[in-house]
Amino acid sequence: MPVEIDIDHVAKLARVELTDDEKARMRDQLAVILEHAAKVGEVAADDVVPTASPIPQVNVFREDGPEPSLSHDAAIANAPAAADERFLVPKIAETGS
Amino acid sequence: MTELCDLTGDELSTKLRAGEITAVALAESALARREAVDDRVGAFLTPTPEVALERAAELDTYLATGAPQTGVAGIPLALKDVLTTKGIRTTCGSKILETYVPPYDATAWTRLSGAGSVLIGKTNCDEFAMGSSNENSAYGPVHNPWDLDTVPGGSSGGSAAAVAAGMAVWALGTDTGGSVRQPASLTGVVGLKPTYGRISRYGLIAFASSLDTVGTFTRSVRDAATLLGVMAGKDRRDATSLDADVPDFTRGLDDGAAGLRVGVLAEAFGEGVEPDVATSVRAGVDRLASLGAEVGEATLPHAEYALSAYYLIAPSEASSNLARYDGVRYGLRVDGDDSIEMMFRTRGAGFGPEVKRRIMLGTYALSAGYYEAYYGQAQKVRTLILQDYAAAFERFDVLVSPTSPSTAFPIGAKADDPMAMYLNDIFTIPANLGGVPAISVPCGLDGAGLPIGLQLTAKALDESTMFRAAAALESDLDLELRPPLLAAA
Repeated sequence: MPVEIDIDHVAKLARVELTDDEKARMRDQLAVILEHAAKVGEVAADDVVPTASPIPQVNVFREDGPEPSLSHDAAIANAPAAADERFLVPKIAETGS
Repeated sequence: MTELCDLTGDELSTKLRAGEITAVALAESALARREAVDDRVGAFLTPTPEVALERAAELDTYLATGAPQTGVAGIPLALKDVLTTKGIRTTCGSKILETYVPPYDATAWTRLSGAGSVLIGKTNCDEFAMGSSNENSAYGPVHNPWDLDTVPGGSSGGSAAAVAAGMAVWALGTDTGGSVRQPASLTGVVGLKPTYGRISRYGLIAFASSLDTVGTFTRSVRDAATLLGVMAGKDRRDATSLDADVPDFTRGLDDGAAGLRVGVLAEAFGEGVEPDVATSVRAGVDRLASLGAEVGEATLPHAEYALSAYYLIAPSEASSNLARYDGVRYGLRVDGDDSIEMMFRTRGAGFGPEVKRRIMLGTYALSAGYYEAYYGQAQKVRTLILQDYAAAFERFDVLVSPTSPSTAFPIGAKADDPMAMYLNDIFTIPANLGGVPAISVPCGLDGAGLPIGLQLTAKALDESTMFRAAAALESDLDLELRPPLLAAA
């Protein structure tokens, strides 16, 4: 059964701008892929426990001691925009009146 | 003509140790080969000739003192461009990281570098390691040295092509669903995916964290064992790296196949497998039997669901991992009126079609109302596959299948059909889901003269047994593998 996907909603969740062409193509392609992927439901019975990692490890600890870290300059060297040793971004909130 | 750059790491290390060659001459040999052929192959995104020659000269000075030498010292290495290199651009084959210069080294590279490895350059790959043909690179495809009109496989296609054509003696790739083994198969080299956690993922720019492994491309099984030995072991910077004993993986390589219990995966020779591939892999199994291996029929009953599970789990993890490319701290930024619009535009412009497809797929599979039906169910399939492996390895030491159902296919042949492309990984994906080690070894050529790979899989942390079987086969077949591209040169 083909899967109907609300492409606009998913693109919004994923924070990806898509052109109309991309949306149309993606709607068709994802439907085919998901139809194949839905096969997992055929064998995944209720009594099967899920596996998140093939070689699970719990409570991996290390010494919590101070050690050298990146300098400010190194940390922001790749920033698209920076000022005063900080990352510079467009406004994130409306300015109050 | 065979040149230094065409030899194995083991042969070259012996020559370096004996003073027959210098590291500089060896680096020059590999650099000259790149100059001669890479305009046709496209394996490298960022060659590093100055870095290589400077390092090689330092090593020659060091080696002249007669100081002890590792098996990797002085040998030219290429790194897939998803492994970070301090001060050297690392793009992941993506426009979104076109100018990214990492402030740190990946642990795998740190360890090799510390042992004297010579970095020759960063190699092309599918964008964020998502692909099976290297056609998803934002910087253009890689051409297979065996037939320039065909793909080298992917996603580590540049590393595979570099080793196949002598532009590097060996190279690192990454394997999330087959991205080392499949290109190794298609280019006639040895491709290793170790046990999950054997090699630290620190500095491996994340695609799917529960599946990602660093792997190797080499011209011999021994070289794979040597590289793994240098890189393996616990790393405090990767909590999933394993605190397990690291044996000398080169020991026992010559012990032969006698007594090894070899399980042939019956389901891996069915529909969709090219006849030449099936014939060649079966002939490889017959060789193992003639060497004294006990061959039987094995099965992974849930392997048929592995592809479905993989294409839910990997995109889900990717959609989360790739959320970091938001135009704020590094990489591309496309301005917008506010930060959210900037983020939408940056990601829309910076990611290619396959990466967008997987981000969308993963976001959907994790979204409210669908999580249980897709991601949750896929994780249960993963449990079933782990149980399949446990049962199989009670009866067998290694499992055999083709690495890929086909040999190299023409560039463009599957580019518009994602499902057809995903099927390339049908035999490699189960090992990633199960976390077990696997290796692709060349076993012959098809009717068109293109390489075929045989995959061996072993239980978790038992790379040694896998190497032993692989080396026995390699030695018995004794293939002369030289791409036509080099014969013409």
